[in-house]
Amino acid sequence: MVDAALDRSLDHRAATVTARRHLLTRLVIYGLLVVFAAIYLVPLLVVVLNSFRDQQEIARNGLISLPRSFRLEAWSQAWSTYCIGGTCEGMQRNFYNSLKMTIPATIISTTVGAMNGYILSKWRFKGSEALFTLMLLGVFIPGQISLMPWAFILGNLGLSNSTYGLIVIHVIQGISFTTLFCRNYYVSIPDDLIKAARIDGAGFWRIFRKIILPLSSPILIVTVIWQFTGIWNEYLFGVVFTSGQQQPITAALVALTASGTNVRAYDVMSAAVLIGALPPLLIYLFGGKYFVRGLTQGAIK
Amino acid sequence: MSTLTIRSLRKNYGTVEVLKGIDLEAQNGEFVALVGPSGCGKSTLLAMIAGLETVTSGEIRIDGRLVNAVAPKDRDIAMVFQSYALYPTMTVRENITFGMESRRVPKPQQDEAVKRVAAFLQIEPLLGRKPGQLSGGQRQRVAMGRALVRDPKLFLFDEPLSNLDAKLRVDMRTEIKKLHHRVGKTTVYVTHDQVEAMTLASRIAVMHQGSVQQFDEPAMIYNRPANMFVAGFMGSPAMNFLPAELGEEGGRPTVALSTADGKTVGLPIVQTLPSDTPRQLVLGIRPEHIYRFDPDLQRRKPGIAQIDAMVELVEPTGAETMAVLRLGAKEITGRFDPDSTPRMGETVTLGIDMARACLFDPTTQRLI
Repeated sequence: MVDAALDRSLDHRAATVTARRHLLTRLVIYGLLVVFAAIYLVPLLVVVLNSFRDQQEIARNGLISLPRSFRLEAWSQAWSTYCIGGTCEGMQRNFYNSLKMTIPATIISTTVGAMNGYILSKWRFKGSEALFTLMLLGVFIPGQISLMPWAFILGNLGLSNSTYGLIVIHVIQGISFTTLFCRNYYVSIPDDLIKAARIDGAGFWRIFRKIILPLSSPILIVTVIWQFTGIWNEYLFGVVFTSGQQQPITAALVALTASGTNVRAYDVMSAAVLIGALPPLLIYLFGGKYFVRGLTQGAIK
Repeated sequence: MSTLTIRSLRKNYGTVEVLKGIDLEAQNGEFVALVGPSGCGKSTLLAMIAGLETVTSGEIRIDGRLVNAVAPKDRDIAMVFQSYALYPTMTVRENITFGMESRRVPKPQQDEAVKRVAAFLQIEPLLGRKPGQLSGGQRQRVAMGRALVRDPKLFLFDEPLSNLDAKLRVDMRTEIKKLHHRVGKTTVYVTHDQVEAMTLASRIAVMHQGSVQQFDEPAMIYNRPANMFVAGFMGSPAMNFLPAELGEEGGRPTVALSTADGKTVGLPIVQTLPSDTPRQLVLGIRPEHIYRFDPDLQRRKPGIAQIDAMVELVEPTGAETMAVLRLGAKEITGRFDPDSTPRMGETVTLGIDMARACLFDPTTQRLI
């Protein structure tokens, strides 16, 4: 009896110590997380605040300081009236250019990737593994290497300095990634389903539409987010192959910072940068949880 | 009417020979089980019958029609998979009608068919559910429903019970047997479980290393196994194999076994031996043909031969008791009635039913 009571009190003490140590660990972890989160967020915060500050106030108090004024003018200027290289239309045209480029390129590259993934995982043929390996190379080849060939191809197609040219580039550059994503996801779908469907009389397309596609939402969300943010944020091809009114917003942002006037309009620049960053940010905010879920799904099952 | 005929069927993957000339047939309404250890080629064979694997050489005929190059959907077959392969995003009803949708069967006819199959398998309450919401046994039923609704020429089962727990497996086995009884369709059933094969099939093909070892009725497979592989694979606990020599006592041939004390005991051979019987033999005895000897037994079973053995281990299972017995250098297993079980350490006189014993040629492994 005595022993038991002693044991229990010892147990109790040990439990308290463990709990206390546990709490301390938690505090350290959360403290560090908060610090790092702050470090990552400060630049964004500076830009957001500056976009609402008066240009004179920024000049007076410096780029990094708390706002003493609040105005929305910089946003409307950046959107529709600010002058970049002679035209005073703001960023809106470039914003639309980016949308016109990103949306079709995302849809087409994702569709092609899903088809490729479906074929390479469920309809293997002689040499399909080799083909997949070759396609994977595209993941590792940096875009700069293909600049010259693209210039040549776009020139021959008559697509230089046009959004369509950029769509072609982004679709083809993106296929490696989308194929990789989809193929690896589809590999985890049991082959028996396909066999059963074949016996049930379904063909290539019907199996894709009725069985594969309804199972694909996690990976399609991942692929769409990946492609959309990648293509939207892409800068090199945009700046090399388009100019002036045809430029996507990333290229135009650089033109804006380089445009002629002496005064640096930090307020407008901040607003313009935010306008440029908004679509991928929104996509991630709405789709982010699916993104993480989709990336880890194979691991959990 | 539907039959299946397979002639010298071969399958190679590169240089690896998976099936080495299979001959098989199923009469109308017959239930043929393909049984064998994993890797014996039974599932490949089934996939080839289904049209999911290509044929390297040989022929497969369904109802006399050569189907080697016919697509799975045009073979008029239905298949139940080990994993059930239910379409996870569809309801049970959609799973069952998917095949009919693919074949553009009119809607009223589809509803009719679903109603019939659902009633038959008692899955009406499940029709609106998704496969993920079903238990293993329910999934199994739905998978069978999907096959049944087709009214095909041939039913193919690929280890349909191996994902179920032991109790459910026995229940479903009975269900499948009843089902086959009522539907009467020609069926090919792949399993690695010899009990399933024995209980369900009208004929069993025992496969090993890409060829059919024996294709016969269950009783023949069990009582007269064509070779030592079949003998050892079918039956649990497995048949006992004892190396022996051909002997003679009083003008009658015997199986001469050497016992622990170096003596030789001759067990009389009941069957008539062919002239080319080798000197060296392997005596095969099933555990249930080993008894405790008593004179009464000998009166009832004339083929009983006596031999002494030491009881090494006793394993009661309830309905019967297994005993590991030492006979010379070999251990054998006997299956006893719990009432007459020998005790551990005891030396018992066994009665071996030589009328049921099998003799094998140790070099060819074949039944003599």
